[in-house]
Amino acid sequence: MTVDVISFLSILFILIGIFFMFVGSLGVIRLPDFYSRTHAASKTDTLGILLVVFGLILFEGATINSIKLAFILVFIALANPIGSHALARAALKSGLQPVLFRREQSLSKDDQSDAAERSANDLIREK
Amino acid sequence: MHDFFLYSAVVLMIIIAIPLLRVLKGPSVFDRLLGANAIATKTIVLITLIGFLFERVDMFIDITLAYAALGFISSLALAKYITVKRVEVDQP
Repeated sequence: MTVDVISFLSILFILIGIFFMFVGSLGVIRLPDFYSRTHAASKTDTLGILLVVFGLILFEGATINSIKLAFILVFIALANPIGSHALARAALKSGLQPVLFRREQSLSKDDQSDAAERSANDLIREK
Repeated sequence: MHDFFLYSAVVLMIIIAIPLLRVLKGPSVFDRLLGANAIATKTIVLITLIGFLFERVDMFIDITLAYAALGFISSLALAKYITVKRVEVDQP
């Protein structure tokens, strides 16, 4: 009876983790800006991987393999945010601007009729 | 349980294929790097699931640890390397 409960819990954790990873990769495609795509790529991926690996630990039980899986869990929880933070920091230092800041600059630079018509929606759609 | 691992691995392969579009059409270098990083982190889970499918978890977990360390170090090194150059965005 307890085995069934543990299998059900591990299936539940794996399904929730796969859902989070699906949302993350959808955000990498759909979001308009690089800095907003880093949110989708870092947070949801980290949570999804943690949930799936935790479900696999529940399924495996108390063996040496589950200890190695726990090492993977700790490593992912440390390494994945550091990697995407380094990527966003590199983008900011080499001059890639967020899309809202880009729009304000183009609005203040030429205040004729063209700049007022080109709204944020146009920029987002063109991306 | 074996069938569940099989189907979740297939669904995960479809999910991994989605950020490849961002790698192909990213406006800047960092978008492509972000897509590659997302693919690398999701592949960790796929390798672990394949290990549970073949029931050789002890071997595949070592492969997973090596792959995770390699992906993390390569991501950090590429981010450090690209910082020096100026980025060019293809403006519409």
